Amino acid sequence: MSAAILIVAEHDGSTLAAGTAKCVACAATVAQAEITVLVCASDAAAVARQAAQLQGVHRVLTVEHPVHAHPLAAAIAPQIAALAAPYTHVFGPSSTFGKDLMPRIAALLETAQVSDIMAVESPRRFRRPIYAGNAIVTVEVPEDAKVVGTVRTASFPAAGTGGSARIENVAPPAEPPAHTRFVSSSAAKSDRPDLQTAARVISGGRALGSAEAFQMLYRLADKLGAAVGASRAAVDAGYAPNELQVGQTGKIIAPELYVAIGISGAIQHLTGIKDARTIVAINKDPQAPIFEVADIGLVGNLFEIVPQIEKLL
Amino acid sequence: MMKRIIVGIKRVVDYNVRIRVKPDGSGVALDGVKMSVNPFDEIALEEAIRIKERGLAEEVVVASVGPTDCQAQLRTCLAMGADRALHVHSDTPTEPLTTARILLKLIEREQPFLVLLGKQAIDDDNGQTGQMLAALWARPQATFASKIVLAEGKAQVTREVDAGLETLEVDLPAVVTADLRLNEPRYVKLPEIMKAKRKPLETLSVESLGITPRVQLRTVRVDPPPQRQKGMLVENAAELIAALKAKGLLAS
Ligand SMILES: Cc1cc2nc3c(=O)[nH]c(=O)nc-3n(C[C@H](O)[C@H](O)[C@H](O)COP(=O)(O)OP(=O)(O)OC[C@H]3O[C@@H](n4cnc5c(N)ncnc54)[C@H](O)[C@@H]3O)c2cc1C
Repeated sequence: MSAAILIVAEHDGSTLAAGTAKCVACAATVAQAEITVLVCASDAAAVARQAAQLQGVHRVLTVEHPVHAHPLAAAIAPQIAALAAPYTHVFGPSSTFGKDLMPRIAALLETAQVSDIMAVESPRRFRRPIYAGNAIVTVEVPEDAKVVGTVRTASFPAAGTGGSARIENVAPPAEPPAHTRFVSSSAAKSDRPDLQTAARVISGGRALGSAEAFQMLYRLADKLGAAVGASRAAVDAGYAPNELQVGQTGKIIAPELYVAIGISGAIQHLTGIKDARTIVAINKDPQAPIFEVADIGLVGNLFEIVPQIEKLL
Repeated sequence: MMKRIIVGIKRVVDYNVRIRVKPDGSGVALDGVKMSVNPFDEIALEEAIRIKERGLAEEVVVASVGPTDCQAQLRTCLAMGADRALHVHSDTPTEPLTTARILLKLIEREQPFLVLLGKQAIDDDNGQTGQMLAALWARPQATFASKIVLAEGKAQVTREVDAGLETLEVDLPAVVTADLRLNEPRYVKLPEIMKAKRKPLETLSVESLGITPRVQLRTVRVDPPPQRQKGMLVENAAELIAALKAKGLLAS
C-alpha cells in the first residue's frame, strides 16, 4: 500500500523554515510515499515556490487567508483537519510551531500523535525518544488510524532542492475562529548563523556568570562562524535570551561541532546535543558529567582558556 | 459562578532520577523509583495559585488521571495551595487524547475560566495534552507560556517560541501550557502538608465520566539510547585547537 503524506510547512511569510525540508526527508523514508506540502499563509506564493523545489515533493497546496499572517494553531488546525481526509500521514516539524499545532490537528482527527519521530521503521512504526532521550521507544499506529506526527528535525538531513512540484491553491471549508489573536513577537534579527541549523555552536552555562561574560562567547563564535547556545541555567539567570536554550525544553540540535563552556551536562541539556558530531567540553570540574559525552575535554578555568583560544585562532 | 482554575497534574519519575531501560526491552524500570509532580505541572499550579492570590480567581482545582498512587502528588499540590483535588482513577497509562477527553469532562462539570497544564510531561515527552484538550473544547490555546496577564474575559500570554518570544491574546476560557520560566514554584512547608490532609480529594472512575479509554499506539519495544564513545582529554587551548584541526573541524 502506498502512503499519502501531508506535510505542514513552517515559514515566516517569506522563507520556508529548514525544518520543512527535514520533514520531507523523513517522509521520503516511508515506503512508496507521495508527498504533499501544505503552506498556510496570507500570501503563500514565495514560500510555495521554495517548497515546490524540494526533492521528493509531489505537489504543494496553498491555503491563503489573512489570519495566517501569523501562525496560530487554533486557526490552522481546523483547516488542515478539513483537508486531511485523502492522506494516510500528516507530519509537521517538532519546532515550537509544529509542537503547538500538530496535537491540535490530531485531536480534531481523533487520532493519537507520534511526537518527535527520529526514525521510520515501517509506514506505521516509528522510533521516538522518551525520558529526555534516555530511552527510545518504538511505537506502532494501527491500520485504521491516520498517522499524525512531529518529526525530530535533528534526526534527518534536509531534502535537496531541484524539484519542480506543481502548486495548487485550495480553500478548505473550515472558517478560522476569532478567539485567538496575534499581538506581537520579539524575534531578534541576528546576522549570526541560526542555532538550529548551524554547523558549529558555542554554548555557555551558568559558569559565565554574567551577560557581559557571554559576549566573550559571541566573539569566539564570530571568529568560528558559529551560532551561540546556552544552558537553561544561563537563560534563567538572564545571561542569554530564551531562544538560545539547548536541551529537552530548548532546541534539539545536531551541529558538526558543539563546544560546551561552563556547562555541567545535566541530562536535560545532553538530550539537546546527542546528535552533535563532535562535542568539546571546557569545564573546571573533571567530574562534570559533560565529560562523559565529550569527544574532546579540557579541564580548566574558562576565563583563562576562552581568551587563549581566541588569541590562537 | 465561582471563578475557578483547573490545573492538570501528572505523576512522573522525578527529574533527578537516571532511568534504566529493562533488559527485555519491555519498558523503563520504575520499581522503587522516586516519583514527583511533573515539573511543568508544578509551574502551572504555582501560576494558578498566584492568580488566586492576586484576587483574580476564587478556587484552584487540581486534577490527575492515574493510579491510586497519584493521590500522593495531588496531596502535594493541595499542600502547595490548591483548594481541591480530583483524581480520575486509571491503573493503565492513558494516551494524551484520552487524558484530554477526561479533562474535558471535568471542565464541563467545573466550568473553569482557565485551564493550566504543563507543556509536556517529562516521562513520555509527548507535549500533546493541552493542545488536544483545547481542540476538543473548541477553545483557544497558548502553549509554552512564560507570562500570563489576565484581563476581563481575556488573557495575554507570552510564549517561548524558537524565534524568541511571542504574545497572543486569547478569549477566556482557554487552555494555557506552562514553560519553565513562567515562575519558580514555592516550597511546601510542613504545616501546609498537615493542613492538606483535610482538603477535599474526590476520586472518580473513567467509566463514570462516560469515557472508554482508547489505546491507539502499540509499544513495540523500548531500547536504551546509543551511547557516545568516551573521548580524549587535552591539556590546554593549543592542544584543543590542534585536536580540532586533526578532526578537520578547523582549517589548518
Ligand atoms: C523539566 C526540566 C527541564 C530542563 N530543561 C533544560 C534544557 O532544556 N536545557 C538545559 O540546559 N537545562 C535544562 N534543565 C536544567 C538542567 O537540569 C540543569 O539545571 C542545567 O542544564 C544546568 O545548567 P549549567 O550546566 O549551565 O549549570 P551548572 O549545572 O551549575 O553547571 C555549571 C558548570 O560550570 C562549571 N564551572 C564553574 N565555573 C567555571 C569556570 N570558571 N571555568 C570552567 N567551568 C566552570 C562547573 O564545574 C559546572 O559544571 C531542565 C531542568 C528541568 C527540571
